[in-house]
Amino acid sequence: MNRIMSDKKIIAMYTLPALLMILVLIYIPIVLTGYYGLMDWDGIGAMTFIGLENYQNLIADSLFWQSAWHSLLLAVFSVLSLVIYLTISVVLSSNIKGANLFRKVYLIPMLLSSVAIAQLWIRIYHPSNGVMNRFLLSIGIDNPPLWLSDTNLVLFAIFIPILWQYAGFYIIIYYAALRNIPGELMEAARIDGATPFQIAYKIKLPLIAGVIKVTIVLAVIGSLKYFDLIYVMTDGGPNGASEVMASYMYKLAFRSNDFGYGSAVGFFLLVLIMIVTYFIRKLTASKDDEVQY
Amino acid sequence: MEKKAFKGLTVLSMASVLTLAACGTDNNNDEAGATGGNDAGGSGNNESAENNEKEDVTLDFMHLWPQGSSPDHYRIVSQIIEEFEEMHPHVNVELEVLENEQYKNKMQVISSSNQLPDVGMTWPAGYLEPYVNGDMFAPLDDILDEDGLRDDFVAGTLEAYEMNDNSYALPLELNIAPVFYNKAIFDEYGVDVPETFDDFMDAVETFTENDMTPIALGNRDRWTGSLWYMYLADRIGGPDALNAAIDRSGSFENEGLIEAADRVVDMVENDAFLRGFNGLSDQEAKSEFMNSNAAMYLIGSWDLPNYTTNEEVPQEFRDSVGFFKFPEVDGGQGDIDSWVGGPGVGLFVAENSDIQEEAKAFVKYFSEEWGKYSVEDAGVIPGTQVDTEAVDLPDLFIEVLDELNNASNITLFADVQMSAGVAETHLNQIQALFGEAVTPEDFAREHEEALSEED
Repeated sequence: MNRIMSDKKIIAMYTLPALLMILVLIYIPIVLTGYYGLMDWDGIGAMTFIGLENYQNLIADSLFWQSAWHSLLLAVFSVLSLVIYLTISVVLSSNIKGANLFRKVYLIPMLLSSVAIAQLWIRIYHPSNGVMNRFLLSIGIDNPPLWLSDTNLVLFAIFIPILWQYAGFYIIIYYAALRNIPGELMEAARIDGATPFQIAYKIKLPLIAGVIKVTIVLAVIGSLKYFDLIYVMTDGGPNGASEVMASYMYKLAFRSNDFGYGSAVGFFLLVLIMIVTYFIRKLTASKDDEVQY
Repeated sequence: MEKKAFKGLTVLSMASVLTLAACGTDNNNDEAGATGGNDAGGSGNNESAENNEKEDVTLDFMHLWPQGSSPDHYRIVSQIIEEFEEMHPHVNVELEVLENEQYKNKMQVISSSNQLPDVGMTWPAGYLEPYVNGDMFAPLDDILDEDGLRDDFVAGTLEAYEMNDNSYALPLELNIAPVFYNKAIFDEYGVDVPETFDDFMDAVETFTENDMTPIALGNRDRWTGSLWYMYLADRIGGPDALNAAIDRSGSFENEGLIEAADRVVDMVENDAFLRGFNGLSDQEAKSEFMNSNAAMYLIGSWDLPNYTTNEEVPQEFRDSVGFFKFPEVDGGQGDIDSWVGGPGVGLFVAENSDIQEEAKAFVKYFSEEWGKYSVEDAGVIPGTQVDTEAVDLPDLFIEVLDELNNASNITLFADVQMSAGVAETHLNQIQALFGEAVTPEDFAREHEEALSEED
């Protein structure tokens, strides 16, 4: 058995199918997207090569920058909310009463599909029949906000279900990491007279630093390419107030029949995510980086 | 060992092919016999005898009426396919059914790799254009000229699918958009059906004073708001103002069109529409109207079954729904018999189909049969003429059909008239205008910019 696994031909044979699939399904489309980005193409008829014109238009496109700003805001909020998730995980992992129940409560949104979550929150935000405004009316607020049609509010109104949707995911990652910390360390600290806060801050956090870095990268990438809830709940509207980069790309390619430009936006998104990921890794790099990603 | 298994497999697969083929012939015989029994089967019998000699072909057909969301449509389609297969035993129709949005996406993806189904559905005008320019659709004039099929269509519907003097699809639906209203609510507040726009705004005021939502509007879908703007543009600027602005013989900065946008803002400021309309879908707005929480609702005649035959809607509500024509605006140039509307989907034949002959026969058969069934069984107004005497229809339906016959003009939905890119701008601007995020002047200028970029 071992001899087989050290045979280079066999290794190649086993890995080749997976490699081939990744190549065909991921890398070739990426290259093609970049290529289409150089074309003036309605996605149906003939393509015309226009060089970097799409990318130049992109730089001057205020709608694109508006959607990019919204994606960036989502990334910032996602990273900030990691602090909340981490706090919850620390509390849950310290054997409080009912920790099991709470873990399940936080995990449930993960079991729902995005579309179901979107439908749920559309109902919650309904201007007259929604739970939210019913409540506000009942406590005497006469003109409750129009969550999904107020251009100043809609973006933040959508962030809430997005952050709620992913809470379980991050909490379970943190929880698992915290559980892996050997109990003797905490015990030793307690004997030395450390407060629970000191234990959390000085022992638990440094020990799961690698995991925290991974989650930051995940949160940022996830936010920059985020699409589904926004597409279902507001379709980027009203008036572009909740448009993000991915939904803008989708609209360009499939609604406006501007495949070339849509591809350019998609390719730009890829490059942007690569740059951002690189910088996050640089900023958070340390010698004892345990977790590789 | 390996060889043996392989042999076994070959035998097995050959056997199954043979069985399938045998089933096929059996079926054909049965069906030929069945058609022979019908009155109309005389010619069908000859035809199938003839067709038996032809090679078996598969005709791919893609439509957008899934069983779940459009059961009546789906059933009629299946029925027509079954009949067609009986008459042409060598043709096997293979179905693919997708929801609206997925359908549009799929069309785009498969057309970029030139793999359109033999027959499928398309929207007119702006949607059709890139497909025709890319030589994706076959001209259908030859079948239109056969047996006078061309004359079966309501005037103006075929034209929406014409480009360069060829027809590229046979229309299946035709719609106009009336203002539906709830008679019970109108009675309760002593409001009469408005005849002028001033009356209309008075009615709106009466409703708002009584905390009743005057108009259900779900403008997240944007084309819903576009209907209101289009009517105002028509009533103020006349039927040609908007068309001219779109085909570039005129301009969106036409006074009438700007005033129309102005009136939209007026309506919004007077709380004419459902609260939070810009964040609500058309479905959500409709449910407000259907629950008698709003007095009026402007929508296409495709919604008629909800107010007539749909058993799931309470009888009491259905009885209380009426419609009126969009009122005239004082000093405006449009007349009350001018409608906003247009054909919905139509059937196309793919240019690169290997079996164009069969595909065209199918499209022809389909549009003829669809005209017969769709009104009575699905509440669809077909693109072909309907003999209102011959069908048993609810009064409200007949009234709409009559209005359609008396229409002085039908202005095709703006987003359908425009190319996809400009339509996006139009729809975004509509949402902005209704949300008071642009002034009527900027609204016009944005349209002008988008349209001039196209040239």
